[in-house]
Amino acid sequence: MGMLSLAESVVPSTPIAVKGARLVEVADGSSAVVRRLALPRATARRLLELGLLPGTRVRVVRRAPLGDPIELRLRNYSLSIRREEAALIEVEPTV
Amino acid sequence: MSASLVLLAGNPNSGKTTLFNRLTGSRAKVANYPGVTVSPFSGILRLAGRGEVEILDLPGTYSLSARSPDEQLAVDALLGQGRRADAVVVVSDATALARNLYLALQVIETGVPTVIALTMMDEARAAGHTLDTARLAERLGVVIVEVVASTGEGHENLVAALSTALAPAPPRPPRLQAPLAPEVEEDLAPVRAAVASTLAPRTEAEARAWVLWAALSVGDDELARVPAAVRAAVAAARARAGQRGADLDLAIVESRYRVIDHVLAEASGPVPENARTERIDAVLTHPVAGLIVFVMVMLAVFQVLFSGAEPAVGLIESAVGGVQGWIHATLPAGPLASLLSQGIVAGVGNVVVFVPQIALLFFFIGFLEDSGYLARVAFVIDRVMGGVGLHGKAFVPMLSGFACAIPAVMATRTIESRKDRLITMLALPFTSCSARLPIYLLVVATVFHGDAPVMGLVSTGALVLLSMYSLSVIAALAAAAVLRRTVLKAPRPTLILELPPYRRPLLRNLAINVGQQVRSFLTEAGTVILSLTVILWVLLSYPRLKETTEAFTAQRTQAQATMSGEALDTRLAALASAEAGQRLRESVAGRLGHVLEPALEPLGFDWRIGIGILGAFAAREVFVSTLGIVFDIADADESSESLREALKRATWPDGRPLLTPLSGVCLMVFFVLACQCMSTLGVVARESRSWKWPVFLFTYMTVLAYVVTLIVYQTGRALGIGV
Repeated sequence: MGMLSLAESVVPSTPIAVKGARLVEVADGSSAVVRRLALPRATARRLLELGLLPGTRVRVVRRAPLGDPIELRLRNYSLSIRREEAALIEVEPTV
Repeated sequence: MSASLVLLAGNPNSGKTTLFNRLTGSRAKVANYPGVTVSPFSGILRLAGRGEVEILDLPGTYSLSARSPDEQLAVDALLGQGRRADAVVVVSDATALARNLYLALQVIETGVPTVIALTMMDEARAAGHTLDTARLAERLGVVIVEVVASTGEGHENLVAALSTALAPAPPRPPRLQAPLAPEVEEDLAPVRAAVASTLAPRTEAEARAWVLWAALSVGDDELARVPAAVRAAVAAARARAGQRGADLDLAIVESRYRVIDHVLAEASGPVPENARTERIDAVLTHPVAGLIVFVMVMLAVFQVLFSGAEPAVGLIESAVGGVQGWIHATLPAGPLASLLSQGIVAGVGNVVVFVPQIALLFFFIGFLEDSGYLARVAFVIDRVMGGVGLHGKAFVPMLSGFACAIPAVMATRTIESRKDRLITMLALPFTSCSARLPIYLLVVATVFHGDAPVMGLVSTGALVLLSMYSLSVIAALAAAAVLRRTVLKAPRPTLILELPPYRRPLLRNLAINVGQQVRSFLTEAGTVILSLTVILWVLLSYPRLKETTEAFTAQRTQAQATMSGEALDTRLAALASAEAGQRLRESVAGRLGHVLEPALEPLGFDWRIGIGILGAFAAREVFVSTLGIVFDIADADESSESLREALKRATWPDGRPLLTPLSGVCLMVFFVLACQCMSTLGVVARESRSWKWPVFLFTYMTVLAYVVTLIVYQTGRALGIGV
């Protein structure tokens, strides 16, 4: 996928391959539980420290008017990340 | 004994600055920390029985791990070798408690006496959130004080808790530390050894805090003073953990959130959603309505910035003119009067003239930030900015650049990453600021006046103006993209942006913030701008040749002897203009104009335009009045008919006209691209805390301006366009 290859070309440490469902695929308004962050260290650590951990329940609220970034709801606050990063977060879809 | 030091830490948007203003009044000063780009503010709190306490308002942060010197400030103040904090107030937003407690827990773990100031409790309660703060305080082992920022409620309790925390006592271990799995502790053993031998921790808790800080921070950082032994140990520990398929970052962060989730499960009821923010966001981030609101808000900000400052700027300029007139009327004409009026007073005017725009811009930024909309601005526009390698937060500074680069460079303070901030700061001086407009207008009125409209619709002049603004946008965005790939090599910045709840901004906070920004500009960038103005004045006024003085004195005496009334006044005014022109042409800058002519000729500029360009370093619009003096025209501005006429008649020695449509366009292109503004250089020096970046900015913009103008002129001449 184009977006992934872009991420790999600018980020020195190659992210680990993503298996299974990804946060970027979760529909607006739906929730999922985070399984793994296949992101470069700096980004992964910032998200971890913001409470986006494996096991954390996340709701995808909406996308920005121009389609990117997306708004997430977790731990009772709103966080925005780009689709590029959301594509590297593995999730377990929930109902 | 020096005053006690209290750190004020907290997440962004936690109400930390409001609390700081409440605790210290508005007497805050910029605290001086070397190597830090955004200096924290520091203020004094008088505590009964404890004397003066210094409160340091740390930059808002979500954690203590640090990758840059800016982020490292908090860690050094807590655990470092220099002056250390005696207590910490962690300001925590009750509506997003888990995330706020992550920072609080990190602070608690250091063993430094900690008080939690719980803000937004009124908001949480109104939403139906129940929280047992006594239980929470007991589990965390610290005092928790509820405060309401807008009313100051709970303020006395906080001061009392702080007083208790500062009571002299032997260091005691923290009551709460997030436990790590035994195998993680084992992984960290080499780091513990390296910390003990290099960082001199005083207590067991400090040693542990250093170890966890190093494990999370070191590796892909830009920190300068990490001991080599610690670096090596962290690399070894991470490798060890990696071998068992574990990740140290995850293990450490997870251990803390596990404790927090556990504590909150006991002390907190279910947390309801923020219905109001959800309702507002449904409109403000709506695919259609959101964009419309965005464009309208940005247009309004820009409009006010562009024209709202004008009355105040006019007042400042006429006040400067008044003082200058008074000096000339009071002191005998000569070098002293000239230094005072053209050097010092003009210099002070050059500084003060930016204050209205700075105040307005920071008022807007403060309002947008405190209301929560600034984060939505970044959210809405990030896709566009991300396309050229910028952050959504770079939008407001870039937009402000169209009014004036000086407040715009200061506005980059909202960008956290140092590299992203520098890239924005070094690219935005291309945006066509309002000081370039007089030059465009002069050229357009001189060479494109009365041209037939293009396709019967738009005047050539309007089309030329539009092209200049487009060129400036392209140059700024291209510069950002190129800088990121070359000088400031960095991956495209990731966007990790909190969208805080919408809240009503407090006017008092906005006013204090504006005051602080203005004061820091006046004392820091202001002194640089003033010195540069005096230097420029010397270049434009010296040497003063005795022969010139004598010649003009003689002519004046003769005029006074032979003429009277109106004729004499006209003659004296003409002599004054002629003398000013002669003096400028004889000055260092005037001679430089001649020296530079061989280099400027390929761009279509002669020595007179060269002098104008040199004079324009004071501010771009000064080009017009300097050019006026070169042509012996006093008080010229862009609508001055006599200057336009003089420019139309001006020729090269071989009789070719000087200002053709081609050389006019070249002059505008040069001013779009060149860094003709020493105040921009001064403010970049101040904001980047280094002279390296202004020197670089000046060099790359000037070289680019030269090369592009050269290409335009030579191509135009070769093709015979507009010559």
